[in-house]
Amino acid sequence: MTQLLAEHPYAASFDIDEAVISRVLSEATARGAAFADLYFQHTVSNSVRLEDGIVNSASTSVSRGVGVRVVQEDATGYAFSESLEPDAMLSAARTAAAIASGGKSIEPQEIRVHDVADHYAVRRDWEDVAATEKLPLLQTVERIAKSLDPAVEKVSVAWSDSDERVLVATSEGAIYTDRRPMAIIRLSVTAEKNGERQSGMSSLARREALDWFDEERLRTMCQEAVDRTMILFEAGRPPAGEMPVVLAAGASGILLHEAIGHGLEADFNRKGISIYADLLNKEVAPEFVTVVDDGTVEHERGALNVDDEGNPTERTVLIDRGVLRSYMHDRISAAHYGVAPTGSGRRQSFRHVPMPRMRCTYMEDGPHTYDEIIASVDHGIVAETFTNGQVQIGAGDFTFFVKNGWLIEKGKVTAPIRNVNIIGNGPEALRNITMAANDAKLDLGGWTCGKEGQGVPVSQGIPSVLVKSLTVGGTDE
Amino acid sequence: MSSATTTENDLLEESQAAVARAREAGADDAVASFSTGRSVEYVYRDGQVEKVQESTSKRLTVELYADGRYSAHATSDLRPGPLGKFLADAVALTRVLEVDPHRVIPDPALYEGRADVDLDLVDPSIATMDRDQCLALLGEMDTAAHGDPAVISAASHLQFSSSESARASSNGFAGVDRRTAIVNMCEVTIADGEKRPEAYAYGYAAHRDGIPGAAELGELTLERALGRRGSGKGDSVRTKVVIEREAAASLLGRVFGALTGGAIQQKRSFLADKLGERVASSILSITDDPHLVRGLGSSLFDDEGISTRPRPVLEDGVLRTYFVDTYYGRKLGWDPTTGSPSNLVVACGDKDLDGLLAEVGDGVLVTDWAGGNADLTTGDFSFGMRGNLIEGGAVGRPLSEMNVTGNYGDLLERIVALGSDAYPYSTLRMPSAVFDGVQVSGL
Repeated sequence: MTQLLAEHPYAASFDIDEAVISRVLSEATARGAAFADLYFQHTVSNSVRLEDGIVNSASTSVSRGVGVRVVQEDATGYAFSESLEPDAMLSAARTAAAIASGGKSIEPQEIRVHDVADHYAVRRDWEDVAATEKLPLLQTVERIAKSLDPAVEKVSVAWSDSDERVLVATSEGAIYTDRRPMAIIRLSVTAEKNGERQSGMSSLARREALDWFDEERLRTMCQEAVDRTMILFEAGRPPAGEMPVVLAAGASGILLHEAIGHGLEADFNRKGISIYADLLNKEVAPEFVTVVDDGTVEHERGALNVDDEGNPTERTVLIDRGVLRSYMHDRISAAHYGVAPTGSGRRQSFRHVPMPRMRCTYMEDGPHTYDEIIASVDHGIVAETFTNGQVQIGAGDFTFFVKNGWLIEKGKVTAPIRNVNIIGNGPEALRNITMAANDAKLDLGGWTCGKEGQGVPVSQGIPSVLVKSLTVGGTDE
Repeated sequence: MSSATTTENDLLEESQAAVARAREAGADDAVASFSTGRSVEYVYRDGQVEKVQESTSKRLTVELYADGRYSAHATSDLRPGPLGKFLADAVALTRVLEVDPHRVIPDPALYEGRADVDLDLVDPSIATMDRDQCLALLGEMDTAAHGDPAVISAASHLQFSSSESARASSNGFAGVDRRTAIVNMCEVTIADGEKRPEAYAYGYAAHRDGIPGAAELGELTLERALGRRGSGKGDSVRTKVVIEREAAASLLGRVFGALTGGAIQQKRSFLADKLGERVASSILSITDDPHLVRGLGSSLFDDEGISTRPRPVLEDGVLRTYFVDTYYGRKLGWDPTTGSPSNLVVACGDKDLDGLLAEVGDGVLVTDWAGGNADLTTGDFSFGMRGNLIEGGAVGRPLSEMNVTGNYGDLLERIVALGSDAYPYSTLRMPSAVFDGVQVSGL
C-alpha cells in the first residue's frame, strides 16, 4: 500500500512536502550519484533517576534534523542539518553532493509513502505519558530491592524512554516512515557484609509502553539484581587459562554478537577486513547451529519496522545448520554483492551515516539439555551474566566480561565466580560449540552495540551452549 | 577584536536570555549553555575517498532548580515556538520530582578567581583546511600504510572541529569556551594465514602541529600490523608486565572513576576513606592540571562553572584529593573540589620503553587491550590483551587471546618503574610502566 506524502502525518511533523523533498534530492544528486537519501528524525527522550530514596533528577532531550547522504560507487558524502528550513537542507545537500565527481544526475521520481508491518505497536505513545506516571515505577523498584535483603545499602534506579519519528526519502521516490518507542529501566544495588561491599545490576528494555513494566516484571528484575550482588560475596576468581565454558541461556547471546555477528556485517567483508570474508557458503559450525539476525521479533529492543535507509526489515538467517549463508547488508554492500538489502542499514541518528548493523541476534534451540551439558564437563565454568564484549574483526579475537558465573567440577556446578574476562577466536569458537541445549531465550536487558562511534539498540539470545575451550582470565594463587 | 569575539558574545547573550526565560517559566535558578560546532571528517581507503562528512550543529542545554527540585534538558530544536514550550515543559517536569535538599546551584563564590592563563586551545588554521589539503595528507598516510604486499586494506582518517560554548547562570556565572580539535588515525589489515590481523594508531590534539605526520602515522600503523603476524597465546603465569604508554593510560584511566564524589557517596569505590593514605606505589605522583597549555582537558572553569586550579591527586603514592561536585559534596558534607579530572599529568621516569624492557629482561609487554572491564566497588579488573613476550630484554613473539586479571588496589602497589614517554593524545599523560607480579592468562 502507498499513499501521498500530503496525507501522512509526518509531512506536518517535519514541515515538508513533495516539492521540497524533490528539490533537496535534486540538489544532492546534481553532481551525479548512484543514489541519495534524506533521513528525517525527531526524537524526544526522557529520563528520571532515583537515588538515596528520592527521585532526584530528570532530563529531557529533543533532537530534530535531517541527514543528507549521496553515494557514488563506494564513496559516501554526508551532511546534516538541524534546521528543516529549505535553504538549510539545500545547503546540506550541496555539501553532501561534493563527494560525487560528475556523471548522470537522478531525475525526480514520483514520491509515494510505503506501508510496512508494525512490530512494536503500543497503546500509548511515550510522548503522551506524563512524568508523574513513571515516578511510581522507580519507587516500587526501590522498595522491592531494599526489602529483598537487609544487606542492601544503596539502591539507584534509572528510567528512560524515547519516542522517535523517522522518515526516509530515497532518490528512487520511495518514502518509508517508522515510529519507534523505547523504554528501559536499570537498577543498581550495592550491598555491605562484614565491611565488604559488592555491586550488581539488572535491567529491562523493550519497545513497549508503560503497562508492560508491571510489578511482576519489576519484581523479577529486583530479585535478579539482588541475587547477582549477594552471590558476589561468596564468589572468587576461577583458575587462569584454557578451559570448557558453558554459556547459560539468554544473555550469553553476547557470544554470537561478538564472535560472529560483527564479522558478518557486510561492510567489513566488502573491504576484505573480516575474518569471515571468504567463508560464505562454507561450513563454519556444527550442524545443530543456526544463527539468525532478526528485525521482526515483536517489541524487542533490536526490532525495526524499516531500517535507516528505507528497507523493510526481515529475519536474516546468517548460519543455517552450520553453513554460513548470509551477511548483514546495507544498500552499499548489497549493491556490491548483487543481493537484496537485508534491512540491516542502521544509524545512531540523523547526524550519522548508516552501515550494516545487528538487530536481534540469536541461536535456535539445539539437541541437548542443560543438565547433559553440565554433566559432560570435568573442569570448567558456567558464564551467566555479562557487562560488555568486543571483537577484532580481522584477527577474529573476541572477548566478553563475565560478572557472575560458576565453577564446574566433575560434572557438577559448585562455587560461584566473579569478574573475569573471557577471550577466544570467532571461527575457532564456532567450530568448538560442541553442545547446544533446547532452552533458547532472548535476554531482556538493555544492550547497546557500538561500531565506529555509533550506538544502536540491539537484542540477543541463545540456548545454553558448551564451547570446548576458551581462555578464562582467572588467577592462579 | 575579531569576529569570533562577536560570535562569543552573541552566544553568551543567548544563554543569558535562556536563563531569563527559564526563570520567567518558574525556575528559581537556572544554568543555560549554548554550544555550536563545525566538524569535518574524511575517510580515505586504498587510494580512494570513502567518506566525507561536514556539518554545523547548535544545541542548548538547561539545568533547572525549582522548589528544591532539579532537572537537566537539551534540545537542538531552537525554533522560538518549540523552544518556549520546551522550557515551560521542563520547568513543569521539575516540579513533579521529589524535593532533594542537596540540589542547589553552585556557590557563586566558587566562580571567582578564574585564572588568567592563555590556554591556547584554538588553532585558527584548522578552520581554513580545505579538501585538497586534507586529501593530500590522507594520500600520504595511505601510501605509507600500503608499504608491504601483505596489506589487504588500509583506511586513513582525518577529523577536525571548531567549537564554542557559552554558559550563563542565574547567580552570576558567565563563561565562554572556544577550542579546536584535530584527530588523524590509520587502520591497517594484513593477510596472515586464515587471519586478517589489524592494527591502528592515532593522534589527537588541539593544534595541527600536535598530531603525528601523515606518513609517520601510516608507517607506524603498518609496523604494528606486521608485528601481529603469527601471534598466539603464551602461558598462564604471574610475571613482570610492561604496559606501553597508550595501554597504560587506558588501564589507569579507569581508577579515576573511583575518586568521584558520586562513587564515594554511593559506596561504589574501592578508594573510599583513603584520603591521606598511600594507595599506590611511592613512585606514582599525578597532578590534575586544568591549566596545561594546549591540554586536551584544559579549561578555566569546570562543568559547574567552578574556577579550576591545579591540584595534586597522588603524591608519592599518597591520595590527596577526590573529585567532588556541588551535589555530592553536600551529600557527603564536604566542600566541592571539581567534579571530574581535567589533564592528569603523571611524573615520568628517565628510561624510554626500550630502556624499561632491557631492565625487565623477561616478561610480558602489553601494547593494547581487547575488551574486559573493572568493578570499581571492589577494584577487581580483567582485560583482554595484545602484546609480546619480553625475552632477553627485547620484544619477542606477538601474543594474542590472553587476559590480564587482578585488583586495582593490589596493582597500583606493583608499579616498579615508569618510563619517560608520557602519552600525549589523552587527557591522562601516562608513560609506559613496569608492574611486578601480574597475572596473565593464556594457555
